[in-house]
Amino acid sequence: MTIEIPLLILLVMTAAGAMLVKDLISSVFILGSYSFALSLVWALLGAVDVAFVEAVVGAGLATVFFLLTLFRTTEKDDVIRRPPVPWAAIIGLPLLGLLLLYGAGDLPAFGDVSSPASTHISPYYLENSVAQTRTPNVVTAVLMDYRSFDTFIETIVIFTAGIACALILRKGGE
Amino acid sequence: MIQPHDSAIVRSLGHVVIPIAQLFGAYVLVFGQHGPGGGFVGGVVIAASMIMAILIFGVDSADSTLARKILHGDGLGLLLFGGVGGLCLIGGGQFLNYSFLQIPGLDEASQHYAGILLTQIGVAMDVAVTGVSIAVSLSFEEDEISQDEVKDA
Repeated sequence: MTIEIPLLILLVMTAAGAMLVKDLISSVFILGSYSFALSLVWALLGAVDVAFVEAVVGAGLATVFFLLTLFRTTEKDDVIRRPPVPWAAIIGLPLLGLLLLYGAGDLPAFGDVSSPASTHISPYYLENSVAQTRTPNVVTAVLMDYRSFDTFIETIVIFTAGIACALILRKGGE
Repeated sequence: MIQPHDSAIVRSLGHVVIPIAQLFGAYVLVFGQHGPGGGFVGGVVIAASMIMAILIFGVDSADSTLARKILHGDGLGLLLFGGVGGLCLIGGGQFLNYSFLQIPGLDEASQHYAGILLTQIGVAMDVAVTGVSIAVSLSFEEDEISQDEVKDA
């Protein structure tokens, strides 16, 4: 409990800083530290696989891609002028936040065994995955065996992203 | 294209860090069934190590030969993933139902284990190739084509 509040403050501060900083390279690095703080939150919630992906992709690979993009374009945000915030947003966004908080009151508690998420199909996975697949990590068993169609389509999406980048950026190359 | 880095510190550190990163990526990939990790993360770590080689030593150096060669492997990982699914079809079952993966000498649970391992390697190959490919595409400069044309002429 003591670590959650500083982590949340760090998360909000890095998210705001990434948007407010004018130097784009600093913005990219602040975004990387935001991803790292988010991965700490995932690890705190027990989702170690998600934390691993967030740390490696968000803080590592995405930062490198952003930096390479900045080297191709421009490093300073001189052109974009931020317009003054309209009154509708100042009044409307806190009301939206209140609405979300009101809705969050009805969510099941964290780790509730009788919530819909933990009664529908996840007990089956937890009980049978080791016997059926010899895979102690249930997340891998679900991703690669029970839900392998989803993972297959995701792999196609990644492949398409690589092909599209090569087609757009490597003009006239090999 | 990216030029090799000038600093001796960076270059000698690269010789130490890149093999460790590749070993760690392979470990995460293979150990994904017993701990956190798996094909996606392992592939990203391997891709990051090869991007590091490109950024430190340049694309044309001998130290980034693996990164240059892997660019020709677009779609091999997807082929491995789909190929395992096709083998399940040939074995008489549904697409990606590893119970019908006909590997002699294995019971049904071990067939699922082998299927998960093979598809994870497929995902890792796909992710690693895509990561390196995007990094090379982003560092591709437009005047390079004209330089090549000048060389030809």
